[in-house]
Amino acid sequence: MNATDLSKPRPFRKLLKGVRTNIAFIAMLLPGLFVLLINNYIPMFGVVIAFKRYRFNKDFFTSIITSEWIGFKNFEFFFKTPQAYEVTRNTILYNLVFIVLGVVIPVMLAIALNELLNKKLSNFYQSIMFLPYFLSWIVVSYLAYSMLSIENGFINRSIINALGLESINWYSEPRYWPFILTFFQVWKYTGYNAVVYHAAISGIDSEYYEAAAIDGATKWQQTKFITIPLLQPVIIIMTLLAVGRIFNADFGLFFNVPKDSGALYSVTDVIDTYVFRALRNSNSVGMAAASGLYQAVVGCITVFTANFIVRKIDRDKALF
Amino acid sequence: MMSKILKKQGKLNQISATGNILLNVLFIVITIVCMAPVLLVLSISFSSEEAIRHGGYSFIPQELSLKAYDYVLKAGDAIWRAYGVSIFVTVVGTFLSLAIICMYAYPLSRSSFKAKGFFSFLAYFTMIFGGGLVPWIMVYTRLFKISNSIWILIFPYLMNAWFVMIMRTFYKTSVPESIIESARIDGAGEFRTFLVIVLPLSKAGLATIGLFCTLVYWNDWYLPLMFVTERKFFNIQYLMYQTLVSIQYLTSGSAQFSEAAVVLANLPTESARMAIAIISIGPIVLAYPFFRKYFVKGLTIGAVKG
Repeated sequence: MNATDLSKPRPFRKLLKGVRTNIAFIAMLLPGLFVLLINNYIPMFGVVIAFKRYRFNKDFFTSIITSEWIGFKNFEFFFKTPQAYEVTRNTILYNLVFIVLGVVIPVMLAIALNELLNKKLSNFYQSIMFLPYFLSWIVVSYLAYSMLSIENGFINRSIINALGLESINWYSEPRYWPFILTFFQVWKYTGYNAVVYHAAISGIDSEYYEAAAIDGATKWQQTKFITIPLLQPVIIIMTLLAVGRIFNADFGLFFNVPKDSGALYSVTDVIDTYVFRALRNSNSVGMAAASGLYQAVVGCITVFTANFIVRKIDRDKALF
Repeated sequence: MMSKILKKQGKLNQISATGNILLNVLFIVITIVCMAPVLLVLSISFSSEEAIRHGGYSFIPQELSLKAYDYVLKAGDAIWRAYGVSIFVTVVGTFLSLAIICMYAYPLSRSSFKAKGFFSFLAYFTMIFGGGLVPWIMVYTRLFKISNSIWILIFPYLMNAWFVMIMRTFYKTSVPESIIESARIDGAGEFRTFLVIVLPLSKAGLATIGLFCTLVYWNDWYLPLMFVTERKFFNIQYLMYQTLVSIQYLTSGSAQFSEAAVVLANLPTESARMAIAIISIGPIVLAYPFFRKYFVKGLTIGAVKG
């Protein structure tokens, strides 16, 4: 041991020792850390753009540093637009509906799947219901278009016209869209959620049900007093995690399915699509960054709150 | 007495025959709702343009035609290129991200690794907070300047904190610590233990995460939407997006587009577009049996340790 080694502060030596003993583990972590650094941590420094009048200058860091500080001006500008309220409202309301439907329908279906006498059929239904989950939102937007297209769409041509009514211009009539968007969200994710809950129900010990049946419990009673209580932890955790992400909308659904139609923005625009268009159309980088940061911060608070509650219920189920 | 009750409950606590029929009817309806839109697109892709103009989109082709697929096969250079981009990105992306995720998750599963909490948090934190869309885009376009390249379609999805968590749980449940310990006693290094003992025991986990990654890459349209403007880097999903946008743009166009509209009129545009959608779903349908098997496994673990 030489003098320089000894002069190093203790925590640093401890760290060095830790690295040396775990060198193999550190090497395994490195590629992932590299991706996290570039994809997630460097962009976090970019949040300062929200407080600046952004001007591009030479490169990424120089532009951020040399752009002028303007405090909360970008936020002021964003919150003064009528869209600020609209997109926030849309994001939260849609997510609330999706959370409720994403629990109620799949749990009922999962219980029903479990009761079917023919297990092969049950398996078959699950396979079909699960399929929409594997299709991209672009494909879903094609499916929606084949139903809703003004000239050729199935609903206009084969149902509405056949009844002798005027075609509906679906892509410019906002009032239908809360239902259309909800339908496709439910269509895409119900099977997925049902399969998850079904797997959880299959894990319940069949002795509970046998004992209950011997005591004369009906199917309804068994569901109410065995299945639901035993599913409850999974339901609560899944719901709370979804509530934590209530500020983050599914960009694919809200951008692709309405085909980014301007006439529908009042009911289809969510924070994510708003930020995207602010960045693309008006080139108002500062405001886009401000609205993005607003989403990130509020979203972070909701996740922490949800996680805090999950932790209270069951430590092991918490995200962190 | 007991046997009487059991009899009333049905054999082995089963629902009644009527109940079973009702449930089956319910599920048949749901099955139809799930499949109908897909079948509609399939039917359109096999319809002739004439029939579509005449009767609109319908579930049974009024006049069967393979023109759309013929067009896609012969004239669809852009389509095949985009298909190639999708295949390349999916294969390379899945391989790389699987390797990175598996390596990142392994130390986090080892109780002897003291810093696992810190590195877990580094990954999880990205699920909680991000810099937002604007700086994220700038990092790739201004700092690393890899927009309009094949790598922008791969790099951003290489790490996924959620998959890391699932993989870590897989290691913990399928690889007993005692086996790792005995390998250490026999003098195997951490890398050797990982490659020779841990990975072969985690095959189901690898398959699950691999399929998750495949799906992420194959179905991606977000990255090209954000970063790609050059046609040669369009993947199949983004090409579909462009086709839906631009054919609509041409047909709704005013007189100045009439020339283009005439050219388009000769192409089986309506059915060709749907044919591309069907072709893009193809690989997923083929891989579907694997997807189902391993997805459920992964989802159960993911839901159990959320």
